[in-house]
Amino acid sequence: MKKKISTLPFKGTPEQAEQLMAVIAGVSSGGHADKSMLMHVMQQAQSIYGYLPYEVQVMIAQGMDVPLEKVYGVATFYSQFALAPKGEYNVSVCLGTACYVKGSQNVLDKICENLGVEPGECTEDGRFSVEACRCIGACGLAPVMMINEDVYGKLVEGDVDGILQKYKI
Amino acid sequence: MKSLNELFAVRDEARKKMTVRDGGGDVIRVVVGMATCGIAAGARPVFSALSDEISARGLANVDVAQTGCIGMCQYEPILEVLENGKEKVTYVQVTADKVAKIVEQHLIGGKPVAEYTVGGVVDSVADSVFSVNNTDFYKKQRRATLRNCGVINPESIEEYIAADGFGALAKCLLELDPNEVIGIIKDSGLRGRGGAGFPTGLKWSFTAQNYADQKYVVCNADEGDPGAFMDRSVLEGDPYCVVEAMTICGYATGATEGYVYVRAEYPIAVARLQKAIDKCLELGLLGKNIFGSGFDFNLQIRLGAGAFVCGEETALMTSIEGNRGEPRPRPPYPAVKGLFGKPTTENNVETFANIPQIIWRGAEWFASMGTEKSKGTKVFALGGKINNTGLVEIPMGVTLREVVEDIGGGIPNGKKFKAAQTGGPSGGCIPASYFDIPMDYDNLVGIGAMMGSGGLIVMDEETCMVDIAKFFLDFTVDESCGKCTPCRIGTKRLYGLLEKITEGNGTLDDLDKLEELCRYIKDNSLCGLGQTAPNPVLSTLSRFRDEYEAHVIDKKCPAGVCKSLLSYEIIADKCKGCTACARVCPVDAISGTVKAPHFVHKDKCIKCGACMTRCKFDAIIKK
Repeated sequence: MKKKISTLPFKGTPEQAEQLMAVIAGVSSGGHADKSMLMHVMQQAQSIYGYLPYEVQVMIAQGMDVPLEKVYGVATFYSQFALAPKGEYNVSVCLGTACYVKGSQNVLDKICENLGVEPGECTEDGRFSVEACRCIGACGLAPVMMINEDVYGKLVEGDVDGILQKYKI
Repeated sequence: MKSLNELFAVRDEARKKMTVRDGGGDVIRVVVGMATCGIAAGARPVFSALSDEISARGLANVDVAQTGCIGMCQYEPILEVLENGKEKVTYVQVTADKVAKIVEQHLIGGKPVAEYTVGGVVDSVADSVFSVNNTDFYKKQRRATLRNCGVINPESIEEYIAADGFGALAKCLLELDPNEVIGIIKDSGLRGRGGAGFPTGLKWSFTAQNYADQKYVVCNADEGDPGAFMDRSVLEGDPYCVVEAMTICGYATGATEGYVYVRAEYPIAVARLQKAIDKCLELGLLGKNIFGSGFDFNLQIRLGAGAFVCGEETALMTSIEGNRGEPRPRPPYPAVKGLFGKPTTENNVETFANIPQIIWRGAEWFASMGTEKSKGTKVFALGGKINNTGLVEIPMGVTLREVVEDIGGGIPNGKKFKAAQTGGPSGGCIPASYFDIPMDYDNLVGIGAMMGSGGLIVMDEETCMVDIAKFFLDFTVDESCGKCTPCRIGTKRLYGLLEKITEGNGTLDDLDKLEELCRYIKDNSLCGLGQTAPNPVLSTLSRFRDEYEAHVIDKKCPAGVCKSLLSYEIIADKCKGCTACARVCPVDAISGTVKAPHFVHKDKCIKCGACMTRCKFDAIIKK
């Protein structure tokens, strides 16, 4: 999967670095990190930083003594790892089969039109990002989208502007 | 927990607690369905409103519990009232403001609130029906794998034990030797529920035969098929069952370590499973010397990170090892060289969920359900263009007609059934002509579809089969891991051809090229993803060739989906000249004067369909 790599400057804090080192220490014994826990560490790193910029990948590679290319390889392989920051509100529209058959593509198009971005992008003010996601398993409510943790189901295009407005205020 | 008697003591105590309150009469049990779909529909506010109302009124004999998926996803949030000796009452589409009336009139007054029950809300169900068990949706189902989902509280080990939980594990460890356990699984005829349908007992025996210092059990909970969510429901509704089954598998095959590989998209499932593992460790149902038998077993959760190929068994193991989830060639099979290079047994969640009951109730019980070569039941996630969406468990061999018409309640808006898609991106379409074929592993493969993990998406006449094939190819192109060329490049080329056809640039020659390329990818790809990726194309091409030809020869999309082949027109007789369409058109492609018929300029039209949605007089058609 092609990933958008962020060009924004890295803004990590020493506290965040400390948290990440604690995660790596948690999977290490006798000074050696359990390398099979690489994905786990990367997942934790993403929840600390919100995404996995180059600087964070380097910290993980050095902390766990694995090659940087391996970290990068894993980061680009799995769709969940983000190389670009997400917006304050991340809108993900399900394009699973059940949702697609019920018109979720139109809902996604409408959201992109409203926010003026393409799927996978973040608005310039950093408030909204939009992505198409895989089945979230709420097929009974198709078509479905999530804005951060809030789930909206049985959507029609006409619902989009009203729902987004709630988050714009 | 060190003996069977200790387990029985816990079970009897829990059962008593669930039916009779200490010192005061029968317990009324109220459960709220709180799996992902229930929570998404708003079950949390309902649950807290209910708890508040009951404690405010001091109702000591009412027991409120959360539970897993009740199955009617569409009518969530669902709340059920269960009383000893009475038919249960199912309330659907419950909101927090309905709760007070239910408490007042039903829990205190003993009179169900008819208008909030399943019969009161759902049009297709008679008003007099209060219990979901008496609806057509449930009557043809047989809940074996999902027996605890929507019944017990998934976070309570006592309730699982009260439902005979861990009895099977105790029986295995204390009364049976590993070969006898494998024998029972073999006799039951259970086949893997992940898609391919490999006999489970045989798989276990392969691992058991291999000698090694360490063996593993892996549970595949990386349910990546879009439209399938039965594994999520089992993990959310009955997590202890999976823990018990994996421990049994460990005992039978000689493994002492287990891994559950779960999609990160299922946070509730992960949380409940982790809770189950912790509780089992605390009670000695995992860890060292389980039931005093000398058998040790440990379980860990590993999270996926969104890669469809990791549902393939070797790719999943590579991913657990911390790598890019790329498949490895087989042989060597995982039973010889699997996780960390050691013999490994891998089954999916639904397969494991059947194990404890097979041991507890016997192989004959399980084998009595289903068809000759496909035993037991199968859970389907029914979705798409169908009235009742949700989780459906039926014995193998039920026909598609029964699923769509009786359980599913038919197609909405009086549309016609066109096909059912099973097996997701690896599967195929079952056309209406096979409506009466009994659905089991072999029959579905015979007609070019497959059982798959159980997603069953219904499509009506407004679904374009070429577009659906393109949709699945878009998915596989995206998810192909790139390791082998036939899959990486072949699927991309297949997608390109389909794109050409849906844009109206296809030729008859392209249809032959499609077919040839499909065969090539099938024969030459490394893993199951590539080998099955062409299935959606092959199956739609053989069953719906006329639609492909309509795109290629007539340059028309019969279902009216492919935008490049559509045109919008206004029927002059029906148009009242209200100007609504002209105002909503984003590109000013509609002109006309007030109260006179309007006209669509086809050269300007971007085919967004906004005018058609807006028109109140059905005066706009697409062709």
